[in-house]
Amino acid sequence: MIRFSQVSFRYDSSWVIDELDLEVADGELLVVVGSTGSGKSTLLKMIDGLVPHFSGGEMLGDVVVAGRSVRETPPTELAGTVGYVGQDPTASFVTDSVEEEIAYAMENLGIDPAVMRRRVEEALDLMSLHELRGRRLASLSGGQRQRVAIAAVLAAAPRILVLDEPTSALDPSAAEEVLSSLTRLVHDVGMTVVLAEHRLERVLPFADRVVLLDGIGGAQVGEPGPTMANSMLAPPLIELGRLAGWSPLPVTVREARRQAGPLQEALHSRPTMDPEADGGEVVASTDGLCASFGSLLALDGVDLAIRAGTITAVMGRNGSGKSTLLGCLAGTMAPSCGSATVGGTVPARLSAADRIRTVGFVPQEASLLLYAQRVDDECATADEEHGLAPGTTAASVAAIAGPLAPDRHPRDLSEGQKLALALGIVLAPAPRLVLLDEPTRGLDYEAKRSLVAVLGSLRAHGVAVVVATHDVELVAQVADHAVVLAQGEVIANGGAREVVCHTPAFAPQVAKVLSPLPWLTVDEVAEALEGAER
Amino acid sequence: MAPAIVRRERAPHAVAWWVWAAGLAVAALRTSNPLLLALLAAVIVVVTVARTPRDQQPSPLATFARVAALIIVVRVVLQVIFGQRLPGHVLFTLPSVPMPSWAEGVSIGGPVTVEGLLSALVGGLRLAVVLLAFGAANALANPRAVLRSLPGVLHEVAVAITVALCFAPEVLASVRRVRQARLLRGRPTTGIAGVRGIAVPVLEDALDRSIQLAASMGARGFGRRPPATSRPRERAGLAAVLVGSVALLAGGYGVLAGSAVVPGSTWLAVGGLAAVCGGVTLGGRRSARTRYRPAPVGPRSIAVGLSGWVAASLLALAGMLDLSVITWSPWPLSWPLVTPLALLGVVVGLLPLAVSTSEASVPSPVPHQAVVA
Repeated sequence: MIRFSQVSFRYDSSWVIDELDLEVADGELLVVVGSTGSGKSTLLKMIDGLVPHFSGGEMLGDVVVAGRSVRETPPTELAGTVGYVGQDPTASFVTDSVEEEIAYAMENLGIDPAVMRRRVEEALDLMSLHELRGRRLASLSGGQRQRVAIAAVLAAAPRILVLDEPTSALDPSAAEEVLSSLTRLVHDVGMTVVLAEHRLERVLPFADRVVLLDGIGGAQVGEPGPTMANSMLAPPLIELGRLAGWSPLPVTVREARRQAGPLQEALHSRPTMDPEADGGEVVASTDGLCASFGSLLALDGVDLAIRAGTITAVMGRNGSGKSTLLGCLAGTMAPSCGSATVGGTVPARLSAADRIRTVGFVPQEASLLLYAQRVDDECATADEEHGLAPGTTAASVAAIAGPLAPDRHPRDLSEGQKLALALGIVLAPAPRLVLLDEPTRGLDYEAKRSLVAVLGSLRAHGVAVVVATHDVELVAQVADHAVVLAQGEVIANGGAREVVCHTPAFAPQVAKVLSPLPWLTVDEVAEALEGAER
Repeated sequence: MAPAIVRRERAPHAVAWWVWAAGLAVAALRTSNPLLLALLAAVIVVVTVARTPRDQQPSPLATFARVAALIIVVRVVLQVIFGQRLPGHVLFTLPSVPMPSWAEGVSIGGPVTVEGLLSALVGGLRLAVVLLAFGAANALANPRAVLRSLPGVLHEVAVAITVALCFAPEVLASVRRVRQARLLRGRPTTGIAGVRGIAVPVLEDALDRSIQLAASMGARGFGRRPPATSRPRERAGLAAVLVGSVALLAGGYGVLAGSAVVPGSTWLAVGGLAAVCGGVTLGGRRSARTRYRPAPVGPRSIAVGLSGWVAASLLALAGMLDLSVITWSPWPLSWPLVTPLALLGVVVGLLPLAVSTSEASVPSPVPHQAVVA
């Protein structure tokens, strides 16, 4: 169906993809794995001809898709064969309502109206969108938008579907929604699907084969279990399997549970280590906090107390009020009733300079905090603006991001580096409360590990941290407390272990495997086992 | 080959509502009789309230009505303060400011007359009715549905407008995000530095989005070229439509202004219309695209569209028979005159009530809900 022959690609001097040979069979679900900048998106775009037709860089070799070379065929001509869904579905919408968006590609292809009518219905059914058919795209949630974007390319009846990070921006249940729709396509329609994703724990269970890119030209292709066995990029499930010496390595929670008997027994008598008591004094609190956008109530009577030296995770569906809560604590949004106080003052009333010293906020798009053309300029301006001794910000950034080339443009940094730079700048004035909105979006496992380390050291220094996130594995690794929001109300509030283990949608993989034992992370399990041996 | 699906006309076509509203607006522009204007406004409001799709909440008509009321008020206030000093029954006198000789045309203050107020009121009312008609069209049929129905020749133009309509709210959201991020770092959000600091990332964002959108449209088959042979013809069609539109606008303005502002305006308008029609048929033969669920045009649509223009014609006819029906002036003060023919014209504007049901005019099987989750 798709044949890569001797494909190489580079943007600058070094080859990102080097002489790749790969054949994807009809009806296969292939997952492309790799860290940031390893050429995943490039590989996907080649299938659709967006590379080389819509991009820079140098490409050698050829990709043949359903008998046609992408070098000679522009993406427009491939539209009937390949459906491509990019990272941000919102940016790809041309019309404004669900049904029209789905029909758009077919109108362009000149498909007979009667056939078109039928195919739109089929696409609506396949993606379970029929109840949303008349809705405006702007009124849909993230998961729904992603499904519309997929339906929109499906309707043109492509034989290949290419998806770039289809679930990265989604909450666990929305991701589940999208992935189960995809499996249905593979199983019932025999569609060939190629997708790239950072959140391997979500997609590996569905993969037939994986391609593992190392970013310096190498590529491994094979079954998910064996291929991932030695990979640095591995979901918790595989790491747990390695730790327990399971063979073959499990890819699904079900497979793992079947082998988990002995491990469960070994862990049975071991108590889980819970973080020491409640931390320090209350740094921030909300009291009956409400916030609204027009007629929409985003927060409804939220009472929270956030203590020094703790990490609180805020979870909930897309649109459940997580970002609004952070906005109120950061003072960028005004509550409509109730109050949010940080260190005894209302953040919205502080002057900009005082606010920066009281509360640090890294928004969802961390790059919005960066303005300068060079990394060192960025740090110098931050010192100046925050009234800090020269070099403070640079030191703070170096502590988090490690060495960053001072002459790089912040735009050219990887997602992980951008986040580290923004976090370093925010932390330089030493605020007592740090808020992070969806920090792991677009991060690979390595970048996530260093984020976890940074958050751990913040906790050790007595900083209160609040993280709004969909990433249950991150919550499992760092959070002391977890708060679950639904429709602006707090529906669960307590110790992270208790909350995530009792909410199936938010349970991390380790907890699912070892249930009913309340273990959350591989590190915890490893430590407990070591203790047992001693 | 699948059987062709013939859709029955359940509701008037979106374009029909716009044609109806345009007819009533033209009728309003041609009259200065306050009684007729008030009746026209009533017809527009009644039909719109009765036939607005239920998912259109809040109705755009309310917004337009507020602006229309504001226009009347502003017009009257301006007349009181700056207006020409018209003769008539003096209501009260404002202290007047003597103007230097070079600004003789402008006056501030002075005696305010009943007649002056009335003429300002009628002028404002006329504009208000035109605005109401526009609001009614918006409420009754989504402008995007009208764009979708544009003939094939104008397809590219329609796509550009649609994309721009979707783009505007995105840019606003982007401005909000960048502003908030600047606040977080304690940077200025006003002044030259602030505007520059916000504009640059917003423009970058917009550029990024447009590149992504272009790639997405390309990947979904936009801009597939029809066979090369039909291209010159298509261009000729587009040219004819554009030139014809300009002629139609100029001619239409001449006709509405009701004087010899544009020489030969009637012929210009007719010629323009012919050129537009010719261009549409010439360019419309390109075959590459098809349309998803085009709304059918049937007797209901034709009746709705025609009724607005029949109303306008009847009013014009009534004016020809008796000029004082459509031109009313407060000198001398008198009750505006209405003939049965003019009244009939206004009533014809209510015809859409008889030929359509209260169902939505735009196909919309599910009520438009706000996102709550």
